[in-house]
Amino acid sequence: MKAEDKRPVVKLSCAAPAAEFTQITLSHGSGGTQMRQLLQQYVFECLNNDWLQKQEDAAILQVEGPFAFSTDTFVVSPLFFPGGDIGDLAVNGTINDLAVSGALPQYLSLAFILEEGFSSASFLRILQSIRRCCAAAGAAIVTGDTKVLERGKGDGIFINTSGIGRLRVGVQLGVSFLKDNDCLLVSGPLARHGIAVMSRRKGIGFETSIQSDTQPLHEICGMLSDALGTDLHLMRDATRGGVGTILHEITSQSRFSAEIEESALPVEQEVAGACEMLGLDPLFVANEGVFVAAVAAHKATEALALLRSHRFGQQAALIGRLRSDLRAPVVLNSTIGGRRVLPPMRGELLPRIC
Amino acid sequence: MKHLTEYRDARLVKRLLERLRKTVSKKWHIMEVCGGQTHGLVRHGILDMLPPEISMIHGPGCPVCVTPVSHIDTAVSLALDHNVILCSFGDMLRVPGSSGSLLQARAQGADVRVVYAPYEAVQLAQQQPDREVVFFAVGFETTAPANALSVLQAHQLGLKNYSLLTAHVLVPPAMTAIMSDPETRVNAFLAAGHVCAVTGMQVYEPFVKRWQVPVVVTGFEPVDLLQGICTAAELLESSRAELVNQYRRAVHPEGNPFAIKTADAVFEKSLREWRGIGEIPESGLRLRSVWSAFDAFQKFGINPELPAASTAAQQQQCRSGEVMKGLIKPAQCQYFGTGCTPETPLGAPMVSSEGACAAYYQYVGGWHHES
Repeated sequence: MKAEDKRPVVKLSCAAPAAEFTQITLSHGSGGTQMRQLLQQYVFECLNNDWLQKQEDAAILQVEGPFAFSTDTFVVSPLFFPGGDIGDLAVNGTINDLAVSGALPQYLSLAFILEEGFSSASFLRILQSIRRCCAAAGAAIVTGDTKVLERGKGDGIFINTSGIGRLRVGVQLGVSFLKDNDCLLVSGPLARHGIAVMSRRKGIGFETSIQSDTQPLHEICGMLSDALGTDLHLMRDATRGGVGTILHEITSQSRFSAEIEESALPVEQEVAGACEMLGLDPLFVANEGVFVAAVAAHKATEALALLRSHRFGQQAALIGRLRSDLRAPVVLNSTIGGRRVLPPMRGELLPRIC
Repeated sequence: MKHLTEYRDARLVKRLLERLRKTVSKKWHIMEVCGGQTHGLVRHGILDMLPPEISMIHGPGCPVCVTPVSHIDTAVSLALDHNVILCSFGDMLRVPGSSGSLLQARAQGADVRVVYAPYEAVQLAQQQPDREVVFFAVGFETTAPANALSVLQAHQLGLKNYSLLTAHVLVPPAMTAIMSDPETRVNAFLAAGHVCAVTGMQVYEPFVKRWQVPVVVTGFEPVDLLQGICTAAELLESSRAELVNQYRRAVHPEGNPFAIKTADAVFEKSLREWRGIGEIPESGLRLRSVWSAFDAFQKFGINPELPAASTAAQQQQCRSGEVMKGLIKPAQCQYFGTGCTPETPLGAPMVSSEGACAAYYQYVGGWHHES
């Protein structure tokens, strides 16, 4: 795995294979020769490593505990969007779930549900993204699965990844470690992924240069936990539902409320404009490379400086703190000096009429 | 996006609040007509910043909220039973009818699609000539012109498979209904800025004269809202019933003549039921008979006047009339947050996030006084 990972991206070995098929068919999931062809020419060629080479029913791993284990399924539409594709999400999503748990991501599983008729060129493009993201995170795909559904029963491709990783030494993360007055930080600007995807969605499409923020957080999370030790109390990956949903999760699982300063929320101007136009609150729009951290108040300045020193944390911000004297779960002090409850998101994000 | 900074300037807001405090000498009830304004007031925390003499009353200006249950039921039935492609603006999808919402219909297999503009629905009808495409035409005077234009476009394209399920409402008749109620406490109105951008301001002149109340055409950002409130308070304090335009950057006194002409060519005024309020004469729009080929009610043989069985029962319990007259605040209703929530609304203002009760439920919640 290691030798493969170090290969520069420009020398990807998975160039388009001999064009024996251009579309996925049901036989690619049947277990027969076409399936072997798909695995050999595409999956193994792209993600080649010792575990996959052996083609056993399970990968045998040497894992020292304690380790974190996480799984996630990806159904994004469109599959390709500004700044990434479903392959990036599938790897970074699981990497980030492990990273915010204080683990160093090591081994991933990868399962595809493909729809009959899905283009093999798109499949290859997605595999290349998966390969690139695994290399960037230093993790290997060690086992996997492929199924093919009849046309009309899928949306091109669905991906599931699971991952395990060894927990970093000295990490103590979780809602039970939260303390009154803990500072809440976000590692980057909000809502970029959700808006990038929406900008390409059929029926909504609009012109924008906004790119998804899909990126691996293992390095920046590791840096923060190494420096802060037990003064880092919690990290959460702010994906679906955005930072606002994470704040509600944290407060519903603990005895604390969160007090947030609207003026401190990092939102890029173009993202803010798009949210305004679509009638969405950037606090509740998805990210794919932003996490929320709760740190001991006396370490907040240090934590912020650390985050900002990392390339994925340059726009990190201190957005508020935990409090035990509020009755509402999340209270927001508005930019103009007002104060209100931040309600949890309900149902699907739907654009407003006016 | 300049308006995100200039019109949310904390210093300007502070100055306007000082001006307002110096202006008011007694209690005034000011109604912001539009749900977008209500949303702005609660979202930015403005209500708590106002001097105690100013009481904001939240008006009926949320078209999603006031769309009658019977229309939602019709939309759901068209989508489920008539195999049409039902196109709608996004926020209508969640609104519950008597047998579920459009979102639930979609989950049951109905072809319900969110569009941003009615023209997208026309395009869809063009692309799928063997399917009926129905656009759920909801909204005030703001959305009527574009919806009317879609009928004209469909006509020009010779489309036979496009129709409108019309649920349009008009603002001035609702304001008249509010003032006609002897119990009303409304002293002044903030008129809905975007509606006026289409209709212009003249429509309010007879209203101001008849009821002797100030009307300030107002925008939606914090600075707009506070300027509107300040102006209304100044007019009230000096006993001047006048029509003033705060939202000059968007509203021309004449409105948008092309938009008015387009809407008028396709729609005519009609009696309309408002969810949670009841029937108001001349307060809705329906397709003119010459355009009946594009009327989903006629095309699919549905009686638009037929109220849903549950509507009457809901209206008896719902106290939105008292909320809109300024007699009670949403949280003072015994059903607020218990028998009546956005998931199970008893009346219009709890339905969409722009409705007054839903706005309170979301942003103020039960924690208002403790936090």
